[in-house]
Amino acid sequence: MNTPISGLPLLLASSLKIAIMFGVVMLTVAYTTLAERRISAFIQDRLGPNRVGPFGLLQPIADGLKNLVKEEALPGTASKFYFMLGPMLAMVPALVTFAVVPFAAPLPTPWGVVDMIIADVPIGLLYILALSSLGVYGIVIGGWASNNKYAFLGALRASAQMVSYEVALGLSLIVVIMMAGNVTLTEIIWQQQQLGFWFAFPLSLGFILFVVSAFAETNRLPFDMPEAESELITGFHTEYSAMKFSMFFIAEYAHMLTAAALMATLFFGGWDLPGSWDDAFWYQGELIRGFDATGAPIAAAPALWKTLLTFAGFAVKTGFFLVLYIWVRWTLPRFRYDQVMTLGWKIMLPTALAYVMVVSATILVLDQVGVSRFTHGLVLTVISGICTVAFVFFLDRGRIIGGAAAVKNRPGTVVLTPPSQGVIVGEGASK
Amino acid sequence: MAVTTRLIQRPDSGRISYLRAAFKGMAITLRHMLSPKTVTQQYPEEQTELSPRWRGTHRMEVHADGRPKCVACGLCPTVCPANCIRLVGGEDDQGNRYPIVYEIDEFRCIFCGMCQEVCPVEAIHVGRDFENAEYTRDRFVYDLDRLMEQDHPTTLLWDPSDPASE
Repeated sequence: MNTPISGLPLLLASSLKIAIMFGVVMLTVAYTTLAERRISAFIQDRLGPNRVGPFGLLQPIADGLKNLVKEEALPGTASKFYFMLGPMLAMVPALVTFAVVPFAAPLPTPWGVVDMIIADVPIGLLYILALSSLGVYGIVIGGWASNNKYAFLGALRASAQMVSYEVALGLSLIVVIMMAGNVTLTEIIWQQQQLGFWFAFPLSLGFILFVVSAFAETNRLPFDMPEAESELITGFHTEYSAMKFSMFFIAEYAHMLTAAALMATLFFGGWDLPGSWDDAFWYQGELIRGFDATGAPIAAAPALWKTLLTFAGFAVKTGFFLVLYIWVRWTLPRFRYDQVMTLGWKIMLPTALAYVMVVSATILVLDQVGVSRFTHGLVLTVISGICTVAFVFFLDRGRIIGGAAAVKNRPGTVVLTPPSQGVIVGEGASK
Repeated sequence: MAVTTRLIQRPDSGRISYLRAAFKGMAITLRHMLSPKTVTQQYPEEQTELSPRWRGTHRMEVHADGRPKCVACGLCPTVCPANCIRLVGGEDDQGNRYPIVYEIDEFRCIFCGMCQEVCPVEAIHVGRDFENAEYTRDRFVYDLDRLMEQDHPTTLLWDPSDPASE
C-alpha cells in the first residue's frame, strides 16, 4: 500500500528536492555553456576550451569566478533601479518554471512515497506559459533602463518576437492538452503512458511547431533578434557586465533547459521509459500502474532503481534537446527581422490554427465512433504524419525566406560605373 | 568599365523548402561534429615550425672565453633604419675594440635584419624566436648580457656553414 508522504517528512523532502533541483539546474546551465562552446568548436573543426581541468570540465567554474570578481560597470545615464531589476527579472522566472516539471518516477521512502516533482500544481502548463512569458520583462526592462539605443532596439525586438511566437506556442500546446485532457504535467505523462506511445507521434506537427516557437521564445538562433550581435552589438545586454551579464546568460540557458525539459515531457513522455513497468500515477489517492480489463486500478510498485532509471531517461531526453538547441544554433544563420515576423504571423499561426482544427475534428470523430485508445493514437499518428509531410515538403516552399531567394534567375551583367557616379547597377540583383 | 559577373544560381522561390534545407545543413554540421579532424594547434605543446629565414629578437655571438664577438665598429647603429641600437665602444690594453654599452630596443626594432647583414665579424644576429612576452616595458631594451644569453637559433639569413658568405 503506497501512501503519499505527509507532515514533517513532506516538508523536509520538499526542501531537499528544491535544494537538489536548484543545484542540478544551475550545474546543468553551467555545463550547457561549456557544451555550447565545445560543440560549436567541434562543428567548426576546432577543439574549444580544453585547458581548465580535464577536457575543460572546470571551465564553467573559471567563467563564474571571473564574472564574480569582475568590475560591475553601471552606465551613468542608466536608470539604476530598473538596470538592477532587469537581470533579476530575467533570471527568477527562468529558474522557477522548472518547479512543475516532473523529473522521475515516484520514490518510495519509509515515510511514504515522494513525488519527483517540486510542486505538482493543478495549473502546470499554464504556470509555465505564464512565467516563461514573464522572462521577457527582464529583457525589456534591462534593455530600456540601459539608455542605449542598441539595447533599446534589442528590447523592442524581444517583446515583438515574444508576443508573436507566444501565440503559436500556445496553439501548439492546445493539441497536447486536448490529448491529455489536463494541464498538469504529471497527468500529461500519465496519459502518454496509458496511450502506449509518446505524443510526438500522434501530434508530430504540434511537436515541430512547439520546437520552432520554443526556439523563438528562448531567443536562440535562428531567432536571436534581441541579441543580433552583427547588428545590435549584443542587443539588450550591451551595457551589462560581470555578474549582471552572467545572470542574463544563466537566464537564457535556464530557459533553454526548461524548454528542452518541456519538449521531453510534453512530446516524449518525460521520465517515462518504454514499457509499463515504470508507470505511476496518483489515482483517487492511490498510486496505480494502470487499469486491468475490468477497469479496476492496478497498484504500482515504486522502487529506488525505477526512480533512478527514469531520472536517467529524463536527463537523456532533455540533454538531447539541449544539444539540438546548440546544434541548430551553429547550423542556421539568423533570420532577418521581417522574416521572423513573417514566419510567426503568416506561417506558424495559421498552421497551428489549422492543425488544432484537424486534431480536434479527428478526436471528435474518433470519440463518436468509439475506438480503443491505441487505435485512437494510431489514426492521429497517420493524420498528423500527413500534415507534417505537407508542412515540411510543400507548405514552406518559398514562403519562409523571401528576399534574395525570391529573385528570378536572369543572366545579368554588373556594370561598375566610374567612382564619380558611384552606383553599382546590377541587372540581375534588381527587383 | 563593364565587368561581367557570374550570378549565383538561386532556385525559384517556389522550389525552396526552408525546413528541408535546414535538415541538410544539420546533417553537414553533425558530420563535422563527429569527425575527429580539427585544425586547432595546441600551442604551447605543439610549436609552429618557423621559416629558416624568420627574423626575430637578436642574439650576440660570443667567443669561447665568453667575450662578445662585437668589435664596436659602429656599422650596425649606422645602418639601423629604426635607430634602435645604442653602442658605446671601448678599447682594451692590447688595442682590441669591444662594446662597453650595447643595447637594442626591441620595441623600436623593425626586424629588417640589416644589422646582421652589415656586421663584419658575424656578431649580432636576428633569431628564429617569437616568444618575447615580458611583464614590464623596460624589459624590452635588451642589454649586452641579455643578448649574449639568448640561445635560440639564428636566422639563415646568415648561413653557419658559410660564415663569411663566400
